[in-house]
Amino acid sequence: MTKIHVTARINGDEVEFLCDPRETMLDVLRDRLGLIGAKEGCGTGDCGACSITLDGRLVCSCLMLGVEAEGREIGTVEGIAEGENLHPLQRKFIEHAALQCGFCTPGILVAAKNLLERNPDPSEEEVRYWLAGNLCRCTGYDKIIRAVLDAAAEMREAS
Amino acid sequence: MDYHKPSTFEEAVAIAAGAAGTTRFLAGGTDILVQMRSGIATPEVLIDIKGIAGTRDIVREDDGGWCIGVAVTGAELTEHAEIGHDWPGVIEAVGLIGSTQVQGRATPVGNLCNASPAADSVPALVAAGAEVTVQGPEGTRRVPVEDIPTGPGRTSLKKGEVVTALRLPPRGRGGGDAYQRFIPRTEMDIAVIGCGVSLRVSGLVITEARMALGAVAPTVEPVRGAADALVGTRLEKSALDALADLAQAACNPIDDKRGTVKFRTHLAGVYARRVARIAYERARAAQ
Repeated sequence: MTKIHVTARINGDEVEFLCDPRETMLDVLRDRLGLIGAKEGCGTGDCGACSITLDGRLVCSCLMLGVEAEGREIGTVEGIAEGENLHPLQRKFIEHAALQCGFCTPGILVAAKNLLERNPDPSEEEVRYWLAGNLCRCTGYDKIIRAVLDAAAEMREAS
Repeated sequence: MDYHKPSTFEEAVAIAAGAAGTTRFLAGGTDILVQMRSGIATPEVLIDIKGIAGTRDIVREDDGGWCIGVAVTGAELTEHAEIGHDWPGVIEAVGLIGSTQVQGRATPVGNLCNASPAADSVPALVAAGAEVTVQGPEGTRRVPVEDIPTGPGRTSLKKGEVVTALRLPPRGRGGGDAYQRFIPRTEMDIAVIGCGVSLRVSGLVITEARMALGAVAPTVEPVRGAADALVGTRLEKSALDALADLAQAACNPIDDKRGTVKFRTHLAGVYARRVARIAYERARAAQ
C-alpha cells in the first residue's frame, strides 16, 4: 500500500509524516508521532477521548483520516500547558479532583479549552451540553463541570 | 484503498465513474469512518470532496434562497448569522446531530446520503422543500431531498453521481418551520421519532403546509396530506387532530430497542401537534 506524505502544523510546530490513507488521525498521532495524549476510547466518535482541534474546531481524531491533516492546524492536549506551567484548566482539574482514572481527561481538557476560547463565561448548562460528547465513567461529571467553571472564572479575572 | 482529493466536481465524477471497486465520497467522515472501522463499508476508492471550491460556502442566492456547500458542517450552519433566522427548524434539526465534536465535522448532505431513516436533518429538510444538485457522467439534475434515500443505507444516486450542493428555497413572508425528536435522554442519542413541519400563514390562516416524519418508516416519510389537513385552518383543535391522525397513518415503523411500533406511532401524533404549534407561532411572528 502506497503511503501518502502529509505536512501539517501540530501544536504550532510543522510536522511531516507518511501514512496509509486508511489510517485515522488518532493512529497517526499515537503510533507515528508519539503524541499519546489523545486516547482511543470507542473509535467511533461516541466518547470524545480522542478529541483534538482541527483549524480551531473541536473534532474526534478517530473520525478523521491522517491524510485530511494536509495543510491544516492541529491542536492536542500536549499543546495546552506552556512548558512546565499548567493551563488553568489543568490546575483546576487537579484542585477539584476532576479525574480518577484519567483516560477521558485529555479529551475533556481539549474540549473545555476550545469552549472557553469561544465563550469565556459559559453557564453550567452550556458547559454540560458542550461536553456531552466526552464520556467519563469515574467522576459522575460534577467535579469536571465545577473545575471548568472555576477555571473560566480565574481566566476571566486574569484577562 | 485509493484516496483522491479532486479540485473540481467534474474530476470527482470522472474518478467515481471510472472506479473499479466500491467508491465512497468523503465529506465530514462521521459515518463512513465508523463504517470502515466496523467493516460495514470497505471502499477501494475514497473521494474527498473538501478540496473543491465552494463546498465550504453558505451563500444566499438572488431569489433569497440558500445554497449550502456539501462540506459545510453542522457547527458552521448553527453559527451562521442569517440562515437560522430563515429556517430555524432546519438549523435546530442539524444541531441535534451528535456531539460538539461530531458537529465540527458532520454535514447535512452526509446525513442525507447516509440514508438513515432516523437522520435528524432530513425531515426538516423535506418539510422545508429542500433540493440537492446532483452531478454525474450524464450531467446535472436537481432532486427533491425526499427522493435521495430509497431505504436504510441506500440512495437513488447512480454510479459516478455526487451531490454538489444543498438548496433551501426562499423563506418569504409568513413562513415558519420547526423540528423536534423524541429521545429518552437529553443529548447524544438517535431519534425514536423525528418530526419536521414548515408552514406559511396569512394573518392567522395557514396557506402552505409540509410535514415529514423520521424513524417511522424505511425512509424519512413525507406526510403528503398535511397541506389538506392544515391549509385554510387557524391550527384549531380539529386541524391538529386531523394532522395527528395523518401522522399516525403514515407510520410504518419497526420494533427495536429504541421503541415499539405502538409507541412510535403514538409519538408521531404527539410530535405532529407539538411541532406544528411551534412552526405556526414562528410563521405568525415572521409576517
